[in-house]
Amino acid sequence: MADQDGRPVPEGNGHLVEVRNLSVEFHTKGGVVPAVRDVSWHIDRGETLAILGESGSGKSVSSSALMGLIDIPPGRITSGEVLYRGEDLLKATAERQREINGSRIAMVFQDTLAALNPVYPIGWQVAETFRSHGVARASANAKALELLERVGLPNAAARFDDFPHQFSGGQRQRIMIAMAIALNPDLLIADEPTTALDVTVQARILGLLKDLQRERGMGLLMITHDLGIVAGMADRVAIMNGGRIVETGTVREVFETPKHPYTRSLLDAIPGRHGFPEVAPSAGGEEPLLRVEALSKEYASTSGLFRKARAPVLALDRVSFTLGRGETLGIVGESGSGKSTLVRTLVGLEEATGGEATYRGGSLLRAKEATRQIQMVFQDPTASLNPRMSVQEIISEPWAIHRDVVPRENWRERVGDLLVQVGLSREHAARFPHQFSGGQRQRIAIARALALKPEIIICDEAVSSLDVSVQAQVIALLKSLKDEFGLSYLFIAHDLPVVRSFADRVLVMHKGVIVEQGTTRQIFTDPQHAYTRELLGSDPLLGASAAA
Amino acid sequence: MTMTLSSPAPGPAPAEAAAWRQSLGLLWRDKFAFAAVLFLILVAFAACFGPWLLGPAATKINLLARNAPPMSTQLGWLYVLGADSLGRSILARIIVGAQNTMMLAGCAVVASLLIGSLLGFVAGYRNDWTSGVILRLADILMSFPSLLLAMIVLYVLTPGVANVIVVLAITRIPIYLRTTRAEVLEIRERTFVVAARVMGASPWRIVWKHVRPTVTPTLVTIATLEFAFVMLSESSLSFLGLGIQAPEFTWGAMVAQGQSYLGTAWWVAFWPGLAITLTAMSLNLLANWVRIATDPVQRWRLETRSPTHG
Repeated sequence: MADQDGRPVPEGNGHLVEVRNLSVEFHTKGGVVPAVRDVSWHIDRGETLAILGESGSGKSVSSSALMGLIDIPPGRITSGEVLYRGEDLLKATAERQREINGSRIAMVFQDTLAALNPVYPIGWQVAETFRSHGVARASANAKALELLERVGLPNAAARFDDFPHQFSGGQRQRIMIAMAIALNPDLLIADEPTTALDVTVQARILGLLKDLQRERGMGLLMITHDLGIVAGMADRVAIMNGGRIVETGTVREVFETPKHPYTRSLLDAIPGRHGFPEVAPSAGGEEPLLRVEALSKEYASTSGLFRKARAPVLALDRVSFTLGRGETLGIVGESGSGKSTLVRTLVGLEEATGGEATYRGGSLLRAKEATRQIQMVFQDPTASLNPRMSVQEIISEPWAIHRDVVPRENWRERVGDLLVQVGLSREHAARFPHQFSGGQRQRIAIARALALKPEIIICDEAVSSLDVSVQAQVIALLKSLKDEFGLSYLFIAHDLPVVRSFADRVLVMHKGVIVEQGTTRQIFTDPQHAYTRELLGSDPLLGASAAA
Repeated sequence: MTMTLSSPAPGPAPAEAAAWRQSLGLLWRDKFAFAAVLFLILVAFAACFGPWLLGPAATKINLLARNAPPMSTQLGWLYVLGADSLGRSILARIIVGAQNTMMLAGCAVVASLLIGSLLGFVAGYRNDWTSGVILRLADILMSFPSLLLAMIVLYVLTPGVANVIVVLAITRIPIYLRTTRAEVLEIRERTFVVAARVMGASPWRIVWKHVRPTVTPTLVTIATLEFAFVMLSESSLSFLGLGIQAPEFTWGAMVAQGQSYLGTAWWVAFWPGLAITLTAMSLNLLANWVRIATDPVQRWRLETRSPTHG
């Protein structure tokens, strides 16, 4: 089948969508940057093609060209054609393109909160898709409701008039999918549809996409950076790197006999392929650094004039654990499991409603001083670094807050040291965050966390937004820093493979309760709780071996 | 700008000089902003030295030159823009009037900007009952048409430069207040602010180092738009006889005065009106440049423009 992918095929051969020798370049300050070069792929009805690539690989460019979403200028399509049922969409009029978009080719985006209009109820928005194609209001609403039920939105009828922010990420993605499939498109493009979601939610959304594809016979184009998704979903895969397709073939071929070195390095970077970390035998009797006892957090929901008070939400329910010196504790849970609340309570962003947390015997919940010893690295380095501050200012900010740590005249020197320690160079201090890649930005955030010489670093999904190979690099950095500075990590993640290769012990949270904790080996090889087993089963890569 | 200056540099003087040179370079690349700056320098010069240079010429009544048309130097170069109904040189009056106009609009805009944004910061950051009180006061202020409010207040107080400034400043406060509050509410939830809180930063520091630099460009842009609005509001007040009182005058007052001659001597109202427009436009262009030049993410737009093109 390999000849299908590279060689130009005559028209009218029945491919639903075919991209031939597409080259797109962008004109920027540094001259002309080729985004994709000579990219060809095709997809048929009922087929799933995955385009796999890391950020900047150009994996989204060809689908943008397909949808007419490339801004010209600065973009320029230098060669190639994009055929939909034999019709070149690059030559289509804007009107024809609009006709095809949405009704024949539909798209699901990663950022559901941005893609849904916040000021309209979701039912209205789904129904709007029908209304804009001439369906009467009442029947449009009925169709919308039917669709929302089909995509598995719980309580669809009751929540028809709710607004996007009232839904969880997974539910919003279901709503997006409902809108995308409303007009029975031939091709559904899913651009990183589950990247922001929890594993079990991801598994369900992917399952939904698969079902819908089978049911409606659509072509499904998955654009992703996640090998697991490719393994679980796709029939064929095209692997992109640096704007080119480096390898293409059926998933089995590519995964079992990767030909290109880049593919091999990608497969090698999958976390958890290299066994469990050695668990250092804990020195008996040593007092743990951090001790959390029966920590609870209850959100009382206020009753409004026209609204009944709901029962208070228990975000944390008597959570107890300890973190030893030099230990890495992985906390795994999906959104809503309380892991973020736990972190926010520990660093003083939220007030606990019960229980106690002590750091070296002193209370964390009442004292302010201990916060200096506990620093945090956030999920999204783009958001957690102030875009208007230079790296120098960002990293030295903790010293500006706590004046006694480093004298001002040494700031420049120390910032340089920290940058070198996290694998960047001294010259980077004068630059601004947007001039770095995601992985480099996370390194800056780590340098900032190290600035106050903390003993504990809380990594709140710190690698979740990074590409697989970058993820591996950042984790390697965290590991080496741990040895160098004797750090302990609280490593929050929804991603099980990452925890597997990094954490000494794992703690599984579900609905505010710790359902299971143990060494990483115990959790992964012998899970006791049903929920842990579901988590393990949801991961496409881990699950593949379990299911087989 | 303040950020680059406050960064700990070993030798502040050369770093500052380099920063200045870099800013000038960026300004030169944006030709519109450059022209705007030149024009504003001209206006500033007129405002500083105009009354001293042309004070008598601006008030000298010359009945022979009543409503003298522009573009003729028969009566001397001072009358190149024509003369008003009392035969006073319009050019001289524009130059001399720059001082009052700039002072009035400048003071009113700066005062409302400072007070409005300060209250906006408080309302946005505290978000408790203080916020409620501030916002309701702003609502009360906004529910009056600002010109009506100005008229009532100036009718009660005596019209004069100081009172006009106070009135114009107060009526425009809600604009800044609302914008600032909205932006602060959004920015305080951003992760980098949460990160600063986790580091132990005080609310003051967060507002000053994180929120303020993010909000400032928006506020500066609004302020420049407001500048034109305030100048024109002042001219409306002058037209109603509640603004600046003769013999003091401003561009706005000149426009108001020329309105009755629009059919016969358009230039009496046109030239001061043009001065207002050009000033407002220049400020706007400059504000746009400042917004881009101070934003590290967008600065490349200026840097990539080739300095060699015209």
